[in-house]
Amino acid sequence: MLRFILQKLALIVPTIIGITIASFAFIRLLPGDPILAMAGQHGVTPERYEILKEQFGYNLPIWQQYFNYVGGILQGNFGISLATKRPVIDEFLTLFPATVELALFAMLIAVALGIPAGIFAAIKRGSWFDQITMGVALTGYSMPIFWWGLLLIIFFSGYLGWTPVSGRIALNFFFPRITGFMLIDSLLAGKPDGFISALRHLILPAIVLGTIPLAVIARQTRSAMLEVLGEDYVRTARAKGLDPNRVVGVHAFRNALIPVVTTIGLQIGLLMAGAILTETIFSWPGIGKWMIDSISKRDYVSVQSGLLLIALIVMAVNLIVDILYAVINPRIRVQ
Amino acid sequence: MAAETTTTTSTAPGRFSGLREFWYYFSTNHGAVLGLAVFLLLILVALFAPVLAPFSPDQQFREFIRMAPPWAGGTQPQFFLGTDEVGRDILSRLIHGSRYSLMIGFIVVTGALIVGVTLGLLAGYFRGWVDALIMRVMDIILAFPSLLLALVLVAILGPGLFNAMLAIALVLQPHFARLTRAAVLSEKSREYVTSAKVAGASHIRLMFVTILPNCLGPLIVQATLSFSNAILEAAALGFLGMGAQPPTPEWGTMLARAREFITSAWWIVTMPGLAILITVLAINLVGDGLRDALDPKLKRS
Repeated sequence: MLRFILQKLALIVPTIIGITIASFAFIRLLPGDPILAMAGQHGVTPERYEILKEQFGYNLPIWQQYFNYVGGILQGNFGISLATKRPVIDEFLTLFPATVELALFAMLIAVALGIPAGIFAAIKRGSWFDQITMGVALTGYSMPIFWWGLLLIIFFSGYLGWTPVSGRIALNFFFPRITGFMLIDSLLAGKPDGFISALRHLILPAIVLGTIPLAVIARQTRSAMLEVLGEDYVRTARAKGLDPNRVVGVHAFRNALIPVVTTIGLQIGLLMAGAILTETIFSWPGIGKWMIDSISKRDYVSVQSGLLLIALIVMAVNLIVDILYAVINPRIRVQ
Repeated sequence: MAAETTTTTSTAPGRFSGLREFWYYFSTNHGAVLGLAVFLLLILVALFAPVLAPFSPDQQFREFIRMAPPWAGGTQPQFFLGTDEVGRDILSRLIHGSRYSLMIGFIVVTGALIVGVTLGLLAGYFRGWVDALIMRVMDIILAFPSLLLALVLVAILGPGLFNAMLAIALVLQPHFARLTRAAVLSEKSREYVTSAKVAGASHIRLMFVTILPNCLGPLIVQATLSFSNAILEAAALGFLGMGAQPPTPEWGTMLARAREFITSAWWIVTMPGLAILITVLAINLVGDGLRDALDPKLKRS
């Protein structure tokens, strides 16, 4: 098992180096002079230009600039935001829990609904339940989620007035930030009203972000179950006269779970892409909205480091999924 | 030469019966046939947009700003889906917008196919450092969330429809490269490839003429899925203000300012998104049908 993990780690090293090169290249690929581009419309005086050039190290040879960049990253230096003048890593860490909370809740919805829906659709293959579920799943999979979010706002916030339109929590709540998750922090501070408020803010964005994973998980669960239900050992279990629920739940589902877990893992990267749109629509103060704002503010240092950090996080999550996959499926380890 | 003639004559009926068999399986999937019909209809709408649209997509009726559709309380029956914030006919804009969405799909998929398939063929055929280099670069591209990478690329290249398409093609092509490489690896050791090699076929011929046609099934399915992905991503970029620029009647761009009208004029918000959803759903239905008909083993979602 350790060997497997080490092998995986060795394989992602070139990719990580490539990611640092890509994010390093980003600022240098911007059209025109990077310093003028960062200075924006106001421009800079020639003296200030020289100072900035020295400050950012642009007077050094390109390979040395790259090594300085990587060296900085290894020491946790991700640059200073051009817009707020704060360290980018601080901004990132402040906003990151909001995205994680949203993504976890979205995934919870997707798994809690998607897996049972997929199992029942497979058991009742061809039934009206199967057809409707798969029709809904394909519709969800085809959904432009930014539009889906707007529709939900029109209906639940505008027409019914049940949920707030934007933000994470009503402004009159304030409690110390412990975990960064509003749902947990509000309870830790002993404010159940705050918890309810946070939940009401969270529900629509989580539904929007969870829609595509839900559709993918339902479809994947169904096809994995169908495959497993046709296997000999399932037929044997049935022929032995086992309880049908036990056959489905234990013999079939456990084995169908393997591809489903992989699918869930693969959704993490997609969740980050979805978070950009979801957070923009709901003004959710997370990483996705921060990236969009940084791009429109031309805060290229934040964009560069955000790009790098997001890619590293996605890679780390995928690595964990690969390892979990090997834990539940011994065949992978042996290969 | 003689050998070549015999192969072509022997494959011709085979290919025909293959097509018939394909249609047999495809047509048993009612959803796929429906999707295909909608898709063909959309192509017709896009082709004849200037004839079909009641108005020009840019014509502003200043006296009918934000007019509701006639079936939802509007007073102007000529604007069947209502008018937008500057009094343009939404139906006409949607009809013209179909041209953009389909064009985006075709251009992006063609670009991604050409680049991805070529890279995948090179990697799978030559193996060694060529393979390692190409596939590591693909890994790096895939490590970034696609929409984020496309956004950053557009930030570098400058906002606009063409740059958006370029960026989307770049983030979609690794899927084609991986798929082609995997298919090439499984086909390369087959007898027909060895025999073509022994007969003296060049590398180019072996890659493109001998091996590639036998990897087409999964590629066609992936191309269909990429087509709908390209439309969705271009619409998302347009929505975020980084794709097609106003006043282009691109469906995503039409939604960019829609948030302001959530409470006042729901039809401005709903119509363009519905057009995107119907188009993407139709293509995905076709994709599902193609997958089941072409490659029963490839049952992933």
